[in-house]
Amino acid sequence: MEIVYVYVKKRSEFGKQCNFSDRQAELSIDIAPNPELAALYVERNPVDTGIQCSASMSEHEANTERFEMENCGVNHVEGGWPKDVNPLELEQTIRFRKKVEKDENYISTIVQLGSIMEHCIKQNNAIDIYEEYFNDEDDVEVTEEAPSAKTINVFRDPQEIKRTATHLSWHPDGNKKLAVAYSCLNFQRAPMGMSHDSYIWDLENPNQPELALKPPSPLVTLEYNPKDSHVLLGGCYNGQIACWDTRKGSLVAELSTIEFSHQDPVYGTIWLQSKTGTECFSASTDGQVMWWDIRKLSEPTEVVIMDISRKGQLENALGAISLEFESTLPTKFMVGTEQGIVISCNRKAKTPAEKIVCTFSGHHGPIYALQRNPFYPKNFLTVGDWTARIWSEDSRESSIMWTRYHMAYLTDGAWSPVRPAVFFTTKMDGTLDIWDLVFKQCDPALSLKVCDDALFCLRVQDTGCLIACGSQLGTTTLLEVSSSLSTLQRNEKNIASSIFERETRREKILEARHREMRLKEKGKVEGEDDGQKEEEGALDLNELVAKAEEEFFEIVFSELRRKDAEAMKKKPKSVRTSSFEACGRTGL
Amino acid sequence: MIPIRTTLDNSTTVQYAGLLHQLTMKAKSTVRDIDPQNDLTFLRIRSKKHEIMVAPDKEYLLIVIQNPCE
Repeated sequence: MEIVYVYVKKRSEFGKQCNFSDRQAELSIDIAPNPELAALYVERNPVDTGIQCSASMSEHEANTERFEMENCGVNHVEGGWPKDVNPLELEQTIRFRKKVEKDENYISTIVQLGSIMEHCIKQNNAIDIYEEYFNDEDDVEVTEEAPSAKTINVFRDPQEIKRTATHLSWHPDGNKKLAVAYSCLNFQRAPMGMSHDSYIWDLENPNQPELALKPPSPLVTLEYNPKDSHVLLGGCYNGQIACWDTRKGSLVAELSTIEFSHQDPVYGTIWLQSKTGTECFSASTDGQVMWWDIRKLSEPTEVVIMDISRKGQLENALGAISLEFESTLPTKFMVGTEQGIVISCNRKAKTPAEKIVCTFSGHHGPIYALQRNPFYPKNFLTVGDWTARIWSEDSRESSIMWTRYHMAYLTDGAWSPVRPAVFFTTKMDGTLDIWDLVFKQCDPALSLKVCDDALFCLRVQDTGCLIACGSQLGTTTLLEVSSSLSTLQRNEKNIASSIFERETRREKILEARHREMRLKEKGKVEGEDDGQKEEEGALDLNELVAKAEEEFFEIVFSELRRKDAEAMKKKPKSVRTSSFEACGRTGL
Repeated sequence: MIPIRTTLDNSTTVQYAGLLHQLTMKAKSTVRDIDPQNDLTFLRIRSKKHEIMVAPDKEYLLIVIQNPCE
């Protein structure tokens, strides 16, 4: 039912002057109350409502405009001298001082103030009131505060065309600076005029980056040299490796030649522990891992191809997306690939075939993050597709622990450098998850929505309190975690190691059982195809499935037949007993 | 604020005098604000490294910097 009022005007009267007139109120429509509708409602008696006699207030938040700050110093000059005295002239100042000292007022004041002061000084000398009295009692404060994290600062990409913040690196000394690599990872969809610059930000000044680094092609990764904080290594989108010295400026100090560089964007670069502090290695999706010495970037010192069939063929190689290197295990390194396999390699192997030690597969998609636990290097964390998994080097068949499948892709992850059981992950929906294995293993201890766009990378500062995460629109957010997540809990190391060991043992037991079952199956099918081992494996599986199906249907049909037969026989008896018997016998 | 007598070097004295004078004024006005009949007699600032004691007067200021006995 619509209430409609139609205004009618003749076409010839358009544009005529309006003559308004008053008229009586006209009733357009009268809708009487319909008592039948009341039947749909039930009267509530008594009604509970809270009222309060107080001033009603409303809360409103407003964000102020970001103000630009500038640091400058002021030079103070001594002042306050009377007009006739020149402060620079020693004679005049001495004369003035002597004059004041002779003043009666001065003398009496000094005596009085002196006595007060003496009293306090004597107090200080007698007792140190701020002494630590109960030093031997340890703070057994079990801070049960809820884990929390708050945003401290946000660094936005000053460019107009926003690029994704793809990699972050903290300054090695003091952690007051953050280097962020910006690039557009969508293949060939980088908009025209997108700047190639990446920035170094000073944490105190979020308005302007401290230094801009200008590479020939956008940087996908950027790392500070842990030995020399002025040197940075960057991996470019076009496969080149570039090196900067911040003392020399924003232009590239060294650049690798394009013929010998990678053929795909360089996704991982890490500095190596070497005496000279100039060695590094890089990995890219073209399937190669190259070692470089930054003094001579024209050619890599070594190249390893990520071919798991150990033949060294580039065509079969798996694209590397993440790289891992722990300075305590200098000959081993791990590569996370686009195909979801982690390859563990030994650098010191003699032949290229031996370089690849073993593989771990378990992810369905590219492994975006790979990191060993800083306290227990045998266990490492991988982040890819929708889960994060923890692996143990001993258990090669599967990961020892994994998170459930999330709603959004996980893009990056890292262990906390201070707590062995805590790790962080970022997701495509802009949330940062903090997992605490000691506290809860099925859900993150804290899940924060950092921003509306996807988070791409994450880096934890060495103290474990600050986390920086970079998003798709180039916004880097700096978060501070609560102290409960960044201080080592009592007994945590033992608990964490026992968790890992227990899970590893469980996986080993499962692995052993699987192997036993497979051996049994192989033993049964022994007479047939001996040579083609792989096909045999597949056949076995199909056979097993077919057998299982057959058996299942047999059982079902035999039961049905039996039930029918019984029903026919025991028709006069009640239906209940026969079905009960049937159920009882099959144990359904 | 003009330093009359000091045991430290001139620039340090000038710095201490200027800064502490302002702080004393602020402390004095705070005490007076809370209770107009009250007045500041002594100001002690204890920091990690030493304790600064200030005895204010109408015209003059006596500042002592002491190392605590730790």
